[in-house]
Amino acid sequence: MVAHLVRLKLTLLRNGLKRSVWQVIGMVVGLLYGLGILALALTGIVALAVAGSPDLQRSVLVAGGSLLVLGWALLPIVAFGVDATLDPARFVTFPISRRDLIAGLGLAGLVGIPGVATVLGVLVAAFVWWRQPVAVLVALVTGVLGVATCVVGSRAATTGLAPILTGRRAREVTGFGVLALLAAFYLGFGRLTTGGLGSEQQVVAALHSAADVLGWTPLGVAWSVPADVAAGAWSNAGVRFAILVATLALLLLAWDRALARSMVQAPRHDAGSAGSVRGLGWFARTPASPAGAVAARSLTYWFRDPRYAMAVGAVFLAPVAMWAFGLREQVLFFLPFLAVVTGWSIATDTSSDGTALWMHVATPLRGVDDRAGRAAAALMVLGPVVVVLTVFLAVVTGHAQNLPALLGAALGAFLSALGVASVMSAAVVMRVQQAGENPFGVKQGASVTTVLLQMGGMLSVGVLALPEIGLAVASVLLPSPVLGWVGLLVGLVLGALLLVIGARWGGHLYDRGAPKLLQRLVALS
Amino acid sequence: MRVGSVSYGGGVTQTPPPPPPPPPAQPPTPGRPALELYGLWKSFGQKTAVAGIDLVVPRGSFYGLVGPNGAGKTTTLSMATGLLVPDAGRVLVQGADLWADPQHVKGTLGVLPDGMRLFDRLTGAQLITYAGLLQGLDRDTATARTQDLLAAVDLVADRDTLVVDYSAGMTKKVSLACALVHAPSLLVLDEPFEAVDPVSAANIRDLLASYVASGGTVIISSHVMDLVQRMCSHVAVIAAGRVLSAGTVEQVRAGATLEDRFVELVGGRAVGEGLAWLRTSSD
Repeated sequence: MVAHLVRLKLTLLRNGLKRSVWQVIGMVVGLLYGLGILALALTGIVALAVAGSPDLQRSVLVAGGSLLVLGWALLPIVAFGVDATLDPARFVTFPISRRDLIAGLGLAGLVGIPGVATVLGVLVAAFVWWRQPVAVLVALVTGVLGVATCVVGSRAATTGLAPILTGRRAREVTGFGVLALLAAFYLGFGRLTTGGLGSEQQVVAALHSAADVLGWTPLGVAWSVPADVAAGAWSNAGVRFAILVATLALLLLAWDRALARSMVQAPRHDAGSAGSVRGLGWFARTPASPAGAVAARSLTYWFRDPRYAMAVGAVFLAPVAMWAFGLREQVLFFLPFLAVVTGWSIATDTSSDGTALWMHVATPLRGVDDRAGRAAAALMVLGPVVVVLTVFLAVVTGHAQNLPALLGAALGAFLSALGVASVMSAAVVMRVQQAGENPFGVKQGASVTTVLLQMGGMLSVGVLALPEIGLAVASVLLPSPVLGWVGLLVGLVLGALLLVIGARWGGHLYDRGAPKLLQRLVALS
Repeated sequence: MRVGSVSYGGGVTQTPPPPPPPPPAQPPTPGRPALELYGLWKSFGQKTAVAGIDLVVPRGSFYGLVGPNGAGKTTTLSMATGLLVPDAGRVLVQGADLWADPQHVKGTLGVLPDGMRLFDRLTGAQLITYAGLLQGLDRDTATARTQDLLAAVDLVADRDTLVVDYSAGMTKKVSLACALVHAPSLLVLDEPFEAVDPVSAANIRDLLASYVASGGTVIISSHVMDLVQRMCSHVAVIAAGRVLSAGTVEQVRAGATLEDRFVELVGGRAVGEGLAWLRTSSD
């Protein structure tokens, strides 16, 4: 039975690749990515083995190993649905004993890029202690137990939390939570690499104290036992080994219990978490025309669909990230670029509808109404964001006196991007995250053409917005306040003009090709 | 209905599209049939899903479209409603060419496609109102009709619930309400009764029957022969992208039940002993 489950996982992997070339390419990219991380980790481990002091070796291995265990436990919760291929709920109807199921699902969890990379990494890490063969032997044993902790912990977490996470709302909230966590990690890394967290000695000291604590927790015990052995601290090693075994046993018990429960309980779908809104919402507030209705629908999505909400969040995150990586005044140079990217977010608006676009295609909706409604909604939501961001950055960097010039460049670029994106999303649709899909799910790669089209589109926005950007640069550098006001006027007028032209042209394309867009969306779904 | 992939059906491998049929008259004329399909043809890559379908749907008829899985029903209905561009052929709605002037004709059609998503982050009430406003209704009319339709499809209690949290049957019902909101003269419904509970199905049947009695025309596709035989005045049997038989239900079933006649036309019944080991009662 165990072999059956492992073989099933292999078959699923292989058949997944048969579905399309893009799956193969995605797999290859994933493989390269995994290999890259692995190579990086292995290089680090080798360097550590050769040059590191025993103290540093212990701290790095414990901290890294703890992250590994944590990652195994957390990522599948976020990425729920990514690997639902071996969802225990699918085996409910088969007479398989829980022992077999646990062994089989556990081993099958190691089949795949993350599993193989983990095993290889842990295996090589054992040889950090090459100067003391006994420690290597111990490290191999605790390594196996550590990997088991990873897999069992991950399975226990997903199976145990599955009843809670089946709700749509819960999934969306955890998605946001973990995204915030990832962003924090990323920013911390940025501060670290730019020396924002203090000198090397300080970082190493922090690492040591972290390892001291982690070494006694279930996350880190597996990786600190060999260090104890190498240091001759046998009593510590014994206690930690006991903690490790106890952890594994408890996790197995927890998984077993959760599995037993999920085997007899039908998964509840969205119990008690059904979303509701009283009245008509935006539909009661926008003009009662087809274009107004489209705008109301888009506005509702901007506020209620996590995919759109994330786009708004990303706009605010970008300058924070730049600041974390050490940019100061220069952030202002990225402002027009940021504005273009913000406006460009509606370039995949039609793609985001998915097959729901049929509601537009089946009605006598004019293309220009469709385009105008979507652009108006984006303008209402993102326009204030761009203004707030510009003012904030201008004040923070001490360039408040250049506000007219900066606003002209940002708003001009933003409006132009809305216009060009309106054309773009009426001309091509591409594979994007569908409503309700896990934002971390495996996406089929975008084709080279769509990537080139996207880049070309944004580049053309940059060219179209050159007048106001040039005026802004001139106004700041000369410096000339008058040129700044001219830039603001030019940006607003030119941007608005491009938006109107874009909506009309896009509307024309939509009128001619809407059913073709829909057919393509059906093929992509 | 929401998740999973949609395909416009399978079919047989054939190559050449037929020559276009003779062009009939242009403007919508009261005397014309509700829907005429001439030489409709659609291939997806190597697969020909619809291979030259001709069909005339008289005004005031309740027309059933039946066929095995992959027969081309969904593809045909998609082309008849402006959702899918045909490779060849014409679609006339009351004599007006749909693909020559889609904007003008689409307002007279009410459509319920199968396997397409909805804007499901809207509530039921919002979605129906949205459909009405897209059709150009003013807000008061759209709101009033939304109330009536929610009552007609038993969704009043769930009017403020997001459609994404609806069950499959409720989703069908709200889609039907969207198709009706602008009082179309022709309703094209792809599998409207799938997953709908018996009470709601009976209510919807009454609704459609009174719609037909007041001069409307309904086309439905279905797998349930019994339902088609009871409800429909006309029926067309299609398989492998072609019409095998079409006419009034009486004509098509020719004395037998529709189900027997369907099996006879389409073929493919397994004959023989069946699974001999699947007997738990004896010995």
